[in-house]
Amino acid sequence: MELRSLYHLFSRTGFGTNPSEAEKWKDFNVKEMAARLVNPNTRGVGLSTAEKRSLPGKQALQNMSPEEKKELLKEANGKIRDLNTDWMKRLVVSENPLLEKTTLFWHGHFSCRIGNPYTLQELNNLMREMAFAPFKDLLLAVSKSAAMLQFLSNRQNHKLHPNENFARELMELFTIGRGNYSEDDIKESARAFTGWSFVPGSFEFHFNERDHDDGTKTFMGKTGNFTGEDIINIILERKETAQFLTKKLYRFFVSESFPEARLTELSDFYYQCNYDTGALLTKIFASTWFYEPANQGCLIKSPVELLVGFSRTIGMVPSNEVLLKMQRALGQMLFFPPNVAGWPGGKSWIDSSTLMLRLKLPSLILNGGKIDIMEKDEMPEESFNLPDTLSVKPDSKPFFVNEMPEAILTCLIRPELSDKKSSLLLQSNESKKQLVLKLMSIPEYQMA
Amino acid sequence: MKRRSFIKRTALTSAAFLIPEFLRPLQRYFPSDYRNLVVIQLSGGNDGLNTVIPFENDLYYNLRKTISVPKEQVLKLDDYSGLHPSMKGLQELYREGLLCIINSVGYPNPDRSHFRSMDIWHSASDASKYVNTGWIGRFLDSDCDGCAFPYTALELDQTLSLALKGENRKGLALNNMRQLYNQTREPFFKETLAVAGAESENVAYLYKTMAETYSSAEYIFETTKTFNNDFEYPKGNLSAQLQKIATCIGSGMSTKVYYASLGGFDTHVGQINRQENLLRQFSESSTAFVRNLQKMNKLENTLVMVFSEFGRRVQQNASNGTDHGTANQVFLMGAGLRKKGFYNEAPSLSDLDEGDLKFKIDFRNVYASVLNNWLKADSKIILGKQFDLLDII
Repeated sequence: MELRSLYHLFSRTGFGTNPSEAEKWKDFNVKEMAARLVNPNTRGVGLSTAEKRSLPGKQALQNMSPEEKKELLKEANGKIRDLNTDWMKRLVVSENPLLEKTTLFWHGHFSCRIGNPYTLQELNNLMREMAFAPFKDLLLAVSKSAAMLQFLSNRQNHKLHPNENFARELMELFTIGRGNYSEDDIKESARAFTGWSFVPGSFEFHFNERDHDDGTKTFMGKTGNFTGEDIINIILERKETAQFLTKKLYRFFVSESFPEARLTELSDFYYQCNYDTGALLTKIFASTWFYEPANQGCLIKSPVELLVGFSRTIGMVPSNEVLLKMQRALGQMLFFPPNVAGWPGGKSWIDSSTLMLRLKLPSLILNGGKIDIMEKDEMPEESFNLPDTLSVKPDSKPFFVNEMPEAILTCLIRPELSDKKSSLLLQSNESKKQLVLKLMSIPEYQMA
Repeated sequence: MKRRSFIKRTALTSAAFLIPEFLRPLQRYFPSDYRNLVVIQLSGGNDGLNTVIPFENDLYYNLRKTISVPKEQVLKLDDYSGLHPSMKGLQELYREGLLCIINSVGYPNPDRSHFRSMDIWHSASDASKYVNTGWIGRFLDSDCDGCAFPYTALELDQTLSLALKGENRKGLALNNMRQLYNQTREPFFKETLAVAGAESENVAYLYKTMAETYSSAEYIFETTKTFNNDFEYPKGNLSAQLQKIATCIGSGMSTKVYYASLGGFDTHVGQINRQENLLRQFSESSTAFVRNLQKMNKLENTLVMVFSEFGRRVQQNASNGTDHGTANQVFLMGAGLRKKGFYNEAPSLSDLDEGDLKFKIDFRNVYASVLNNWLKADSKIILGKQFDLLDII
């Protein structure tokens, strides 16, 4: 494979790579690389930050003193922060970046924000385990996870008092998208999910038959006494679901713009192979169009992609506090999505403040400096206890020891630069560190 | 001259021709009919019932045995309602016809989570929908007169809130004019701009944002630096934000929306002292702001709007505090109010929705009125549908 294509592939299937690693794969063709990267047998290792521990129920909470409650919240929040930084570090050192990156995709797709670190961790782990699995398996597992049952209030979805929250998000955000179902479909399917709950303490899925409405429902034109599983099957039978998911995967891994015909071809493929996500990704990375210049360097890195990619290059992970502070200031904090719709991505990452911080991040960490950003205190129950000012110790391992300036540029910058611009960037005889810093400080470094 | 710096200089000079149109300095913008809006966000869910107090309502005293404000301490506004005793300034503004209080503002199917409810207020979406742009951001997107300039909407903070993010245009966050100016004057910033020239849409967007930050920082700094605003403000963070906003307005900046906030209103525990302290800060600093503008003869052109993401439960909890609730007041301040005093009646404390106040006015009716009648924008486009306009401004 051509060097630039390899860097492109590693940028999209992970968080970038270094010249010596890229050198290793030069003799492989795209098909071999795609097959190598998407290996459905790699399960990865789950996060094990949080221990299984039940949080007190409503009744117990009411009996607690305010101080006890506060202490409890603080502890749980601290654990979720640990979960965040443990995953961040994992992303930096992982030898299976595509697995982690796909998990990151699902983390945004099945957005969940609750106060229980253990169930959040288990949700994250099952997304990693099933990242490349047929979508139906993943969807069922997520829908039955304690975290999602809690977040989308399915435990309040009772036979006599249905709660539509889960049914609505299932269709709007997880599967088929707005415009493909009616309000009646939401009402009817909510009834099918009554009785889906979990056992407090063990957090195992529990189907409470007595609380399940087994009456006749009419859903998307079909009638029967459907269960939740039936509803999911009916949604997946619709081609619009394959289209919705393919488009979202394409926008995450390839580009925000696409020819309609290509999307149709891909979503037909996804539909026909029973939503085999691994097969779809393999097809994408093995295609020739994936490597077209228009598809290279056209995605704005998410804050996590930026932080992780940068850390991989310099061979060091910033301190937990810096990791958290940066994610927060740049607008993407793992395990704290803005809402159930996840992070909107693309241009929405960029405003004056975030862009200036992004451009400065490399010199801040490589040269040491002060991060001086006041904490917004609008979410009192989730206060992160981060200081307004943080000093950063300069830190890095030696990088680009043997590389020529041109090779460094090819490694770090994904969009193709004009000859004039690259010679302008490369012409002065600065130290290697200065050159790297300069390259990392141009807006093009923000692109994947 | 050393050879290296010479090369550097010529490199920069020769790069100048690469700079595309959008990087050229912004023209100054002088609006003809100039008005601005100042939004104050009270974060954490301010307890509205202890802010505007129904001192003749026995239910209020029955449901709030330990945290209600005694009738004799209430700063009376009319025969039924009055302000928290720490809000003397606002009482004066009320008497002078510079304050309008809209009761029971909320939205259908209220969400009691801070971040979700704040999200709804910022995006102006239905509770069941997820919109990832903010209402002020979409105001910028709507091509209003002068909206191409990022300093059209300014947030006095270091990070930009969702409310000020549009699809294509975003406001600017800053909490110190000189600091922002200095940051954008660092050599690396200029060097980077000097090599601008972008092929793809997203890269161009980055350069555009950078260039706009560069020129906005200059505009704001240059406009405000010689303006001496020595009006005295109380201490505190909100006060500092409002003082800077007054400086911007006084110096003739053409910013249309300013955004300030005060946090800490999540009073589950020991509400009395905390809320008193916060309401005092809010009342004293916003009164100082209004007086400052009056003195500069700028109050005619300014409208202040104050909101919180929700109010709190009618019944207090066992920890001398209150839990998350629903509807709440919105305050408007300014000299251009059509409706002075109370816009509508006080909320009913007996006709409740599972212990919470029922909302009577959708907050988007307030937004629509501000957008249409004050900022002369098309609220239908910005809010996605036509909300009825209230006769307030």
